[in-house]
Amino acid sequence: MGFMSAGLQGGPHSLLRGYGEHERQGFNWWALLSVAQFVLPYRRMLALAVALMLVAAAAQLAGPYVIKVAIDGFIAQHDVRGLIGASLALLAIFAGGAYASAGQALLTGRLGQAVLRDLRSRLFAHMQRLPMAYYDRADSGRLISHMVSDVSVINELLTSGIVALSGDLIILLGIIGIMLAMSARLALLSFMVIPVMILLTAWFSHAAARMYRRTRQKVGVMIGRLAEDLATVRVIRAFAKEGEASGHFEHTNRENRDANIAAISLAFAFRPAVDLLAAIASLIVIWFGGRFAAAGAVSVGTVVAFLSYVSRFFAPIQELSQLFTTVQSAAAGAERILGLLQTPVTIADAPRAVPLEGLQGEVELRDVWFSYAQDKPALRGVSFHVAPGEKVAIVGPTGAGKSTIAKLLLRYYDVDEGQVLIDGRDVREVTLQSLRRQVGVVPQEPFLFAATIRDNIRFGRPEASDEEVREAARLARADAFIERLPHGYDTWVQEGAVNLSLGQRQLLCLARAILCRPKLVILDEATSSVDTQTERLIQEALRVLLQGRTAIVIAHRLATVREVDRIIVLDRGRIVEEGTHAELLRRPGVYRRLYEAQMASAAAAG
Amino acid sequence: MSGTFARVLRYIRPYAVPEASAYLCMLGMAGTGLVVPRLVGQVVDRGVIGGDQAFLLRGVLVVLLLSMLRGLMVFGQGRLSEAVAQGVAYDLRNELYAKLQRLSFSYYDQAETGQLLARATSDVEMVQRIAGRGLLMLLNATITALGTAIILCAVNLPLAAFSLASMPALVWVAQRYARQMRPLSVAAQNQLARLTGRLEQNLKGLAVVRGFAQEEREIERFERENALLYEANLKTVRLSARRGPQLDLLAQWPVVLVIGFGGYLVIRGLLTVGELVAFNAYLLNLVQPLRRLGWLVSTLSVSLAGAERVFEILDLPEEVQDAPDAISLPQLRGDVAFENVSFAYVRHAPPVLENVSFFVPAGSIVAIVGPTGSGKSTIINLLMRFYDPTAGRVLIDGYDLRKVKVESLRRQIGIVLQESVLFAGTIWENIAFGRPDATDEEILAAARLAAVDEFARALPQGYHTPIGEKGVMLSGGQRQRVAIARAILKNPAILILDDATSSVDAETEQLIQAALWQLMRGRTSFVIAQRMSTVRRADLVLVLERGRLVGMGTHEELLASCGLYADIFYGQLLPEAQPAREPAGEPRWVS
Repeated sequence: MGFMSAGLQGGPHSLLRGYGEHERQGFNWWALLSVAQFVLPYRRMLALAVALMLVAAAAQLAGPYVIKVAIDGFIAQHDVRGLIGASLALLAIFAGGAYASAGQALLTGRLGQAVLRDLRSRLFAHMQRLPMAYYDRADSGRLISHMVSDVSVINELLTSGIVALSGDLIILLGIIGIMLAMSARLALLSFMVIPVMILLTAWFSHAAARMYRRTRQKVGVMIGRLAEDLATVRVIRAFAKEGEASGHFEHTNRENRDANIAAISLAFAFRPAVDLLAAIASLIVIWFGGRFAAAGAVSVGTVVAFLSYVSRFFAPIQELSQLFTTVQSAAAGAERILGLLQTPVTIADAPRAVPLEGLQGEVELRDVWFSYAQDKPALRGVSFHVAPGEKVAIVGPTGAGKSTIAKLLLRYYDVDEGQVLIDGRDVREVTLQSLRRQVGVVPQEPFLFAATIRDNIRFGRPEASDEEVREAARLARADAFIERLPHGYDTWVQEGAVNLSLGQRQLLCLARAILCRPKLVILDEATSSVDTQTERLIQEALRVLLQGRTAIVIAHRLATVREVDRIIVLDRGRIVEEGTHAELLRRPGVYRRLYEAQMASAAAAG
Repeated sequence: MSGTFARVLRYIRPYAVPEASAYLCMLGMAGTGLVVPRLVGQVVDRGVIGGDQAFLLRGVLVVLLLSMLRGLMVFGQGRLSEAVAQGVAYDLRNELYAKLQRLSFSYYDQAETGQLLARATSDVEMVQRIAGRGLLMLLNATITALGTAIILCAVNLPLAAFSLASMPALVWVAQRYARQMRPLSVAAQNQLARLTGRLEQNLKGLAVVRGFAQEEREIERFERENALLYEANLKTVRLSARRGPQLDLLAQWPVVLVIGFGGYLVIRGLLTVGELVAFNAYLLNLVQPLRRLGWLVSTLSVSLAGAERVFEILDLPEEVQDAPDAISLPQLRGDVAFENVSFAYVRHAPPVLENVSFFVPAGSIVAIVGPTGSGKSTIINLLMRFYDPTAGRVLIDGYDLRKVKVESLRRQIGIVLQESVLFAGTIWENIAFGRPDATDEEILAAARLAAVDEFARALPQGYHTPIGEKGVMLSGGQRQRVAIARAILKNPAILILDDATSSVDAETEQLIQAALWQLMRGRTSFVIAQRMSTVRRADLVLVLERGRLVGMGTHEELLASCGLYADIFYGQLLPEAQPAREPAGEPRWVS
């Protein structure tokens, strides 16, 4: 694909592309080198590609030479046999060149794609191990761009960059050497434009960086606007605001257009400026060369040769400066990728972690302190014990820390202080896999994957049979609606599960947890969006299902927790009350206040 | 494909003048490009070799001037063609956006946002490529190739005929290459989209992946898609490696012929050496544009695929559309009637509503109840005319919704959706969304009624605190309250509340409930009811089951007559088993 994208939008566009992506001045060679290790496994391929490139370049140089020999020698001397020989040689050279460059393209293409694939795999695998805390700050758009654009700028460097770099450098050094050898004076005079060229390029890269950032920012705003309007299209239409929204979009669209035109104009101003410098260099050669020739200091042939060399001199310089931007953006991409790859995996199996086998379901929190952000503790010294088979509810107002407890039990985060113990073992001392495999969780946000319903249910146990899947759905009372869907269990759940209602999503999440037959079940507001009839059915099912299992039920609707063995009331990160429903109601406290408020709300409404 | 190309050309038409000017600049560029080297040659001949100092000076100045002129033209063609390209992209995006605002929701039910975004960004960019320099270069390459071919024929017809015989093959191979490349690159693009989709799903479902310890399997699945992407990309690499040398050889073959056959002609005395050299030089002039033509055609075909995808969206039927003779609704009273309404979201799928009829006099409060998936939300969607019924009619104040302007309808309906959607912006802006002309007092009053005031004032910048991705994250309950305030401010004739206070804690809920009842007074209100208390206070209850209306009446009537209703009602009371009292907590029904 590289050659495609290098196509029509090559030139000024690609010249701009590199700028602005590296926010900092100067770039990180070290990052680039570190990423270069991904090329190491393919170094043989790379060496072969460079060799083929040299063959192709040699063929390119040899072609005109053979033509010259044919015209000056064989044709002038009417040597038909020689002419045939030269023609055949020409054909062979062309063929050799064509296949060498094709081979080189194939090798670099394969190399680039292979490195790309390896990088993506490494990135993905690392993403799977990064702590949840990392994702609280990172947004997924950025992570996806690591995977797509950062990785592909590195590919661009590999496929077009390295090979072109060596070719251009050789040509440039060759020309400089030849010119100096032919006439040092004339050579130095014509090199006078080089400092101007460097200054010009420096100014351009600075201005282009700013311009490019602006276009990126404008296109970002435009896409953001569009994405938001697409997500909120129903509300926009419900309020009949299409006209106004279109106006906003047109505005961002126009700004994007204008920023792009301005940036391209800059690039198109740069190119003729370089051309002009080249013309000036030629004129210097003509002017001084003419005078030197008149004075007999150089031969006329030298001046003519100088002219052709000077005109060839600028192409590689320009290409190299373009390449420089590719290298810059590749370095910036490499730095970002490396930044991700080097983000420490803070939540991982300890060196001596052992698998947690045959979970009994005993849970204990010992003086647990935890905060998501500094100085804002979500849990402040929470301690409680749940015996195997016991059912405990955690209730409390929004923000009390209920869901945090669930996250700590699953070791999505590590505690700041204290201990989370399961079956008497600190969760940090057992392997993550063995812990999470045996804990069934129904999360607050009923997330489903874009996959079939069947695959969603057996997500936690991919080997489960269809019969088991149906059984789990039946227990979760999801079977009725699934069977009414056009494709039943093979119905595709769309992105964001938009084709299912909130209640249906919750039922599927429940079925998914049930299928794993966990000894410890965490229900985090698991049935907040199903209708009462269904909820009653689920409650009944759960009663059977939870027999002999430990359950931690998180809820802020108190009606759903009356049947548990014990209720823990949490407020602002602390346990404020503990007891059965009846006990808690007898005490004047948070629970009674919450309960009365809920009653009152119902009564007021009724 | 030619149809698509013609259609792209239509978008360029408004920019005919700058496009033509860009082309003139390009011609001028080519012209000065030809003149300057020749001039330099003359300067060398007369000025340097001949020692004519005056000519040398004049020549240098002229060359300098011409170079500057050329520079201007390079700039001109670049800027002008970019202006055309960006202009076309701008127009296309606006059109696409307007289309997206008119498409029926059934389209959004199936489409994924990511794909729609790709249409508006990368696919439009592809059209932009054709519209700008792509077309210019195509034109230029064609004209140069034709011109050179004519000159070659004039120099020596037999040699031209002989050496150019392979040119059609060159164009044919180039086109074939393009044809083969297109599906491969589309496949690679699609696979990249799939891979990105996998990643996106994985990131969104991270907590679930980890909760079920499925990281290894996710990695395995990603690797599978990744390997497929590698293969797909490799296919394009392989094709270009296979076709590349064929194209190169076909392009260089005439040179071999000119040297071989032309040399033979020279030996025979039928051609001069000078003519041979000139012929060879011109040939290079022909081969370059022809090769570029092949390559341009292939790039263009990829770009046209992008254009096709954009046009596909532009051509989608707009199901919900104002009829040509649609009338603007006057101030509504709020009589609502469904007459034998049936509806299916997908054609040929079982209907989600079947033959539903009811009448609601203005000012009534209507509760819609029924189990999950019974069609409650669909009634709302039809009332808002997000969809048109597949059979039957929806009437408001006696007007068939299909015969009125959608805008005039929706302006008079207030809605609080199941999942409160807020915009990136301040709380204030979000409340004022439906009525930008509202006064500060009105906005504040709405905010107080919806219990937004308490939490908004506590925020760092009060009502002007930005919310959403870049601002403060509001809780579900807070979002809902803002959405309610937004609806209150609109002062609508008809009010729709869908699962309105589902994620609010009890204390807040009490506040909101009171506000909502205040709001519903005097308006026709539809409530997808979750609380028995709401249902009991409603003037009319609609009971739905699997898309059918199985009961209609007041609470008392239904309790006596409708089995399902009684089931639901007593089901709700079951945990408490005290029918005399209001059920505790909040038993809920949801769509």
